[in-house]
Amino acid sequence: MVSPVTSIAYDRNLMTPGVGDVIADVLVVGGGNAALCAAISAAQAGARVCLLERSPKTYRGGNSRHVRNFRCAHTGDLGVLSGDYELDEFYDDLVRVTKGNTDEAMAKSVINDSAECYDWMIEQGVLFQPALSGTLSLSRTNAFFLGGGKALVNTYYQRCEDLGVDIHYNATVLDVHIEDGFADGVLVDFDGQQTYVRAKALVFASGGYESNKEWLARHWGDKAINFLIRGTPYNRGEVLKCLLDSGADSIGDPTQCHAVAIDGRAPEYDGGIVTRLDCVPFSVVLNADGQRFYDEGEDVWPKRYAIWGRLVAAQPNQIGYCIIDSQSKDLFMPSVFPADEANTLSELFGTLGLPVDEALETVEQFNDACRPGTFQSNDLDGLSTEGLSPEKTNWARPIVKPPFYGYVLKPGVTFTYLGVNVDANSRVSFNEKRSENVWAAGEIVAGNILGEGYLAGFGMTIGTVFSRKAGQQAGAYANTNA
Amino acid sequence: MQTQTLNLTGDSSITSEALHDEAARQLSICNSCRYCEGYCSAFQGLTRFRSLDASRVSHLANLCHNCRGCYYACQYTEPHEFAINIPAILANVRADNWEQHIHPRWLAKAMQRQVAPYVLLTLFFILVFSFGLGVPWLSDQAFYSAISHNVLVAVFTPLFVLPLVFLGFGLRNYWRAVGGSTLRLKDVKAAVQSAATMRQLSGGQGQGCNYEKKERYSSARRWSHQLTMYGFLLCFASTSTATVYHYVFGWEAPYSLFSLPKLFGVTGGVMLSVGTAALAYLKSQADPALGSQSRGAVEYVFVGLLFMVSTTGLLLYFFSGTALASFWLIIHLAFIATFFIAVPYSKMAHGFFRFAALCREAQLQR
Ligand SMILES: Cc1cc2nc3c(=O)[nH]c(=O)nc-3n(C[C@H](O)[C@H](O)[C@H](O)COP(=O)(O)OP(=O)(O)OC[C@H]3O[C@@H](n4cnc5c(N)ncnc54)[C@H](O)[C@@H]3O)c2cc1C
Ligand code: SF4
Ligand code: SF4
Repeated sequence: MVSPVTSIAYDRNLMTPGVGDVIADVLVVGGGNAALCAAISAAQAGARVCLLERSPKTYRGGNSRHVRNFRCAHTGDLGVLSGDYELDEFYDDLVRVTKGNTDEAMAKSVINDSAECYDWMIEQGVLFQPALSGTLSLSRTNAFFLGGGKALVNTYYQRCEDLGVDIHYNATVLDVHIEDGFADGVLVDFDGQQTYVRAKALVFASGGYESNKEWLARHWGDKAINFLIRGTPYNRGEVLKCLLDSGADSIGDPTQCHAVAIDGRAPEYDGGIVTRLDCVPFSVVLNADGQRFYDEGEDVWPKRYAIWGRLVAAQPNQIGYCIIDSQSKDLFMPSVFPADEANTLSELFGTLGLPVDEALETVEQFNDACRPGTFQSNDLDGLSTEGLSPEKTNWARPIVKPPFYGYVLKPGVTFTYLGVNVDANSRVSFNEKRSENVWAAGEIVAGNILGEGYLAGFGMTIGTVFSRKAGQQAGAYANTNA
Repeated sequence: MQTQTLNLTGDSSITSEALHDEAARQLSICNSCRYCEGYCSAFQGLTRFRSLDASRVSHLANLCHNCRGCYYACQYTEPHEFAINIPAILANVRADNWEQHIHPRWLAKAMQRQVAPYVLLTLFFILVFSFGLGVPWLSDQAFYSAISHNVLVAVFTPLFVLPLVFLGFGLRNYWRAVGGSTLRLKDVKAAVQSAATMRQLSGGQGQGCNYEKKERYSSARRWSHQLTMYGFLLCFASTSTATVYHYVFGWEAPYSLFSLPKLFGVTGGVMLSVGTAALAYLKSQADPALGSQSRGAVEYVFVGLLFMVSTTGLLLYFFSGTALASFWLIIHLAFIATFFIAVPYSKMAHGFFRFAALCREAQLQR
């Protein structure tokens, strides 16, 4: 079982700025993709690097251990990527998903640097594989990691070991001392032992606050209790809060998180990719009152799964029930948990704990509103209901053929948008002034480019590009300030 | 629900059904994940199936060669509640397949799980050759001067053929269990190609496997296995050419160093000895929890047996003409006899089942 992580209490008197040894030139906080790329880059720049990962070794790598691919611009074939994915097309894709809520100059520089990242990753020993079955639409734009994110993270940890990076697990940063944008050191809990440590330069790559339900509850209220967290339980955002409290300029909507609809039986934390459910477009989705609440067939699932997180979050008990019949059973990727199955709809609704009569009436109304036409699972088929509210605008086919299947949907939080403001070199600004020795990278700065929405594989792109810069700069800074 | 149902450590009473169910549980998680698709054909085969039964699970298990890439890459290994350990569960399913399909089952069970049968058989054959057939312990006579060719043939032919017959029936049972259809030449061709290069052991992208170096990749196991397999085949070629020399041309042993039987035999013997020693060393470095634990010790014994077959053969050659020649002859023959019996009932079965699985995979890909 992956249990929730709780905050660690500490004594502020342990903070002794200006006193004590400098344990490294560059201190990297975090242990996911961004932290590792920063640590490698700083070490390659010749700096003595120390990396602090809060989790035990088995769970190292934060949300990065769950990723599968990275989005990358290229002209002509590049490794496992085929064809062209030009800078302009990439940028247009980004503008579309963020509805223009991005920083053009920064976004373009990230996109521009993405191609070079691919080669750099290969140099570090990262292995790619062709796009996975069921994701062929991404084979031109996204490079898949062989074995996924954990294999990626393993490779980077090995690289760090080979470069002599001093790695600590079970090392939680509790507080930071930053004055006028200059960092002195951080208070760390090393497996229960609390110590103040200093370094010449700091890189913060400790993710967002998505696994901190108390923080989520500030904006979502009690509903947050029912949210599932798709990734690591260790991203609780304490470091982000410390940075903001020390005057770091914030960026990104503090009230928003990226939430998708996932299998309601998933573990509370760390369920990862397998908990996704792709059957919504072929189903009717009911809430706990047995009512439909949104057009299930508005668009293909990859373009809709992200809005469904919030839709389900708005329903009573933050739960949805996805109902299909045997005609649609094999139209989507296999689910990790088997569906509830019954030969009649009333039996199925009973098992699912839905109000049977209301649910039956909703499905009946839906069935009556379906029109004849050709059902095409692979494309928007325009097969829509007539006179129903809300309409279902594609794949509206009566749910009539037993056995019937039901899945439970819940909101699954991927990441939060709030972060710290950085410049193009990933240096943090405090009170609108560039810091001298504080950099940040990864999810904690993603809001600088992703104002809203999400583009598959872009988290890794932002993370890798920014963290390499942060590592190089922090390393160079430490070298010149001996 | 999706949590571990079995404790695989050393519990030998787990039923075949429980093993297959647990494998199906884990593989169904993989089928929603697919991150490991690039490692091997077991994962590529998996994506063909929407549901998993014992027959499909067995097929996939025999495509796995325990490279362990998918374990070290998995975000759901224990302590995560999904408790994924594909290399271990598939190794257990494979071993179960060998025990279930090859008869007599009691013999398969005994030799798959216990060390004693190997020791007893070897001692038994030492007695047979020394006292039963009267090969002297110390004499510079070797081979046909110490033991007549006809006696050798009379003893070894049934020892060689009978186990193969049982193996053949076992493979037929397996073939039926995985739903194989009539074999076509191109299925076999595809399987031979895959086996000859051990393409699978490349790890998918040429990086090798995660066997002895855990999270890191290495090609050591692939090379050791290649040495072992080709060494073994060369030894087999040596015996076969010698047989042809004897019966077709009437040339009798001993042959000179530059004859085919000797060239094959000595090269093959060295390869086999080095290969098996390397395999045993790598195994000692690997994590036993990712293999078939209840059979771990026996796997060493089996690799040791192969090592002894080749090494005593080389010693026999080395000491030929000295007083120790016939001593090594007895020992060598005893190990060979034990090995022949062990072919269907030991780890050796894996080669044949893997080959059948590759043929079946070629059929499914058509
Ligand atoms: C299920 C899932 C699938 C995803 N798939 C993809 C994908 O395919 N492609 C893609 O581009 N993006 C994907 N993402 C998004 C991606 O995971 C993130 O964008 C990316 O991992 C962020 O990297 P990071 O290094 O900033 O954060 P993380 O990888 O989350 O690392 C944060 C690290 O900080 C550590 N930490 C936290 N607090 C402290 C502290 N106080 N002290 C010390 N250490 C601390 C954590 O333990 C962790 O190691 C996915 C996310 C999820 C949840
Ligand atoms: S072994 Fe783990 S990472 Fe690999 S496919 Fe299975 S569940 Fe996914
Ligand atoms: S251990 Fe290796 S060969 Fe076996 S299933 Fe995993 S990746 Fe494939």
